[in-house]
Amino acid sequence: MAETLFKKVWDTHTVRRLPNGQTQLFIGLHLIHEVTTPQAFDMLNARGWTVKYPARTVATVDHIVPTRDQRRPFADLMAEDMLAALERNCRAAGIKLLDIASGAQGIVHVIGPELGLTQPGMTIACGDSHTSTHGAFGAVAFGIGTSQVRDVLASQCLALDPLKVRRIRVNGRLSPGVYAKDVILEIIRRLGVNGGVGYAYEYAGEVVSRMTMDERMTICNMSIEGGARVGYVNPDDTTIEYLRGRKYAPQGDAFETAVKWWRSNASDPDAAYDDEVEIDAAAIRPTVTWGINPGQSLYVDERLPHPSDAGAEGRSSIEEALAFMGLRAGEPISGTRIDVAFVGSCTNARLSDLREAAKMIRGRHVAPHVRALVVPGSQAVRAAAEREGLDQIFTAAGFEWRGAGCSMCLAMNPDKLEGREICASSSNRNFKGRQGSPTGRTLLMSPAMVAAAAVAGEVVDVREVSRAD
Amino acid sequence: MPIERITTIEGTALPLRGDNIDTDRIIPARFLRAISFQGLQEHLFEDDIAQDRNHPAASAVYRNASLMFVEANFGCGSSREHAPQAIRRRGIRAVIGVSFSEIFFGNSVALGMPCVSVTNDDARRLIELAERNPDTAFVLDLSKMRVSGAGVDVPVTLPSAARESFSEGTWDATGLLLDRFDQVERVAARLPYLHWA
Repeated sequence: MAETLFKKVWDTHTVRRLPNGQTQLFIGLHLIHEVTTPQAFDMLNARGWTVKYPARTVATVDHIVPTRDQRRPFADLMAEDMLAALERNCRAAGIKLLDIASGAQGIVHVIGPELGLTQPGMTIACGDSHTSTHGAFGAVAFGIGTSQVRDVLASQCLALDPLKVRRIRVNGRLSPGVYAKDVILEIIRRLGVNGGVGYAYEYAGEVVSRMTMDERMTICNMSIEGGARVGYVNPDDTTIEYLRGRKYAPQGDAFETAVKWWRSNASDPDAAYDDEVEIDAAAIRPTVTWGINPGQSLYVDERLPHPSDAGAEGRSSIEEALAFMGLRAGEPISGTRIDVAFVGSCTNARLSDLREAAKMIRGRHVAPHVRALVVPGSQAVRAAAEREGLDQIFTAAGFEWRGAGCSMCLAMNPDKLEGREICASSSNRNFKGRQGSPTGRTLLMSPAMVAAAAVAGEVVDVREVSRAD
Repeated sequence: MPIERITTIEGTALPLRGDNIDTDRIIPARFLRAISFQGLQEHLFEDDIAQDRNHPAASAVYRNASLMFVEANFGCGSSREHAPQAIRRRGIRAVIGVSFSEIFFGNSVALGMPCVSVTNDDARRLIELAERNPDTAFVLDLSKMRVSGAGVDVPVTLPSAARESFSEGTWDATGLLLDRFDQVERVAARLPYLHWA
């Protein structure tokens, strides 16, 4: 029978049906980091349980690591405590820890793929909502909480309800200046920030088929911003070529065996979906968020909405967002002055993102009033960028070139907005206070748009900047 | 297993207006810099409270609330269990709203804190009741699937698996997941990628 990838992966990993009707699902790869795990290990220890499959868990440090001075002990003693706890727990359980000294450290959703840990057909879990990123490889990947981290450590399983599957086909061709980030912001704007609750999103169509793995990761990453805990793309030649030769991918003959199995997990052409959505790529323009959730976005050449444009339900949301953002209904979003430019996060801090940002600033300089920083997604991304001289381009333009981590996406480390600063950000959430200042403001956009805004000192249409070259 | 059947929750309610209240607002990320969940309740909604002196979570009249009324897509965003932990540690034992993010919902189940759904109109009515008279006593009855108080009595919904977990006291899943470990090992044995190494 024709089936979706989601159904196939779900079935291969099903252990049994639990008494309450949920499925006990085996988790093939468990990724952990310093923030959401210490309590899980404590709960495990308190009950005398052990880690059942330590080889199926891999740890790194990303959320709290400083990006300027990474020498130990960290200046922030709480951050130091968290790192020490992770080191202790990994050592005791025999879990591989890719720490700063390893050269392989980075944002968990960047290093999993780049090391070849993330593979098609797997179930993956991590105590982080952006675990959906790994779906780009045709894995079914869940963001989980700390009690569920405990469950996976103790049993390598989760108790879950199956999801429905919505196929989102992006047809046609993207226009110049329009990136994967714009595609996912478009999807979220159209389907809503909770439109995906209860669904896995399967991204398909010509545009997605042509995308690189980096681009697919950007799309899958923000599935959760659309309410979908899981997002994925069917594995294809692009996926397989990306994985070939990666450190933890199978090697030699095993790779060819793996390829056959990986391909067999793809959705069958005549699989049935619970819902289908079609999006015309040509209609998508460079997109910027203006509000306090990722669904509140505009094309860069549009004007801010009036509360009266919406029904009674939407009106208060628009009013609240405009008030918090200090923006005025009816004004163009383009020309909004920024204070900070941030290129980073699990959404957009891979090598290709850094290249696109660098293209925008080569030979230019960040506006005098703007503080700009680039935080590569991993130590490997940073090293590769340096081999290409991207660091030189960024620093010459006035960007700070930092160490790898989550940084100002959620500001658990010293990288934060101050006061009411406005940040043009390549990250994933524009929630109130998200970037570390309770009154700080975030405009989400593609890395190229962030770079262009850094130079202009205000939100600009990346297509205008490109045309001027 | 810590078995506690959860069927009825009674008490006053903390009303919280607004859709899409994300977990960064429930507990800002800077308070996640710790290796335990202790004391998180001190920082519940801290940044929202700082910007709104009338925030209900800061009001003494709701200090002893054991229910919380919210609107749509509550708990969206980050998967941080610190959010439901902070709510639970403040004394809230169930959340009643239009809808919840999936991860927040699951995290709350794991803590034994039901998140039940009501219609838009009913959520609004409940919020207004708790705003008008903070002393109103409400009862959430999971066996009847109703919430009532001050003459209002409306239906609530909860997915059947969660409902059974609460009624049977099996909401802490780990024990169940370890029950038939032979079956787990059988799945591990048949998954090809566990054996490519």
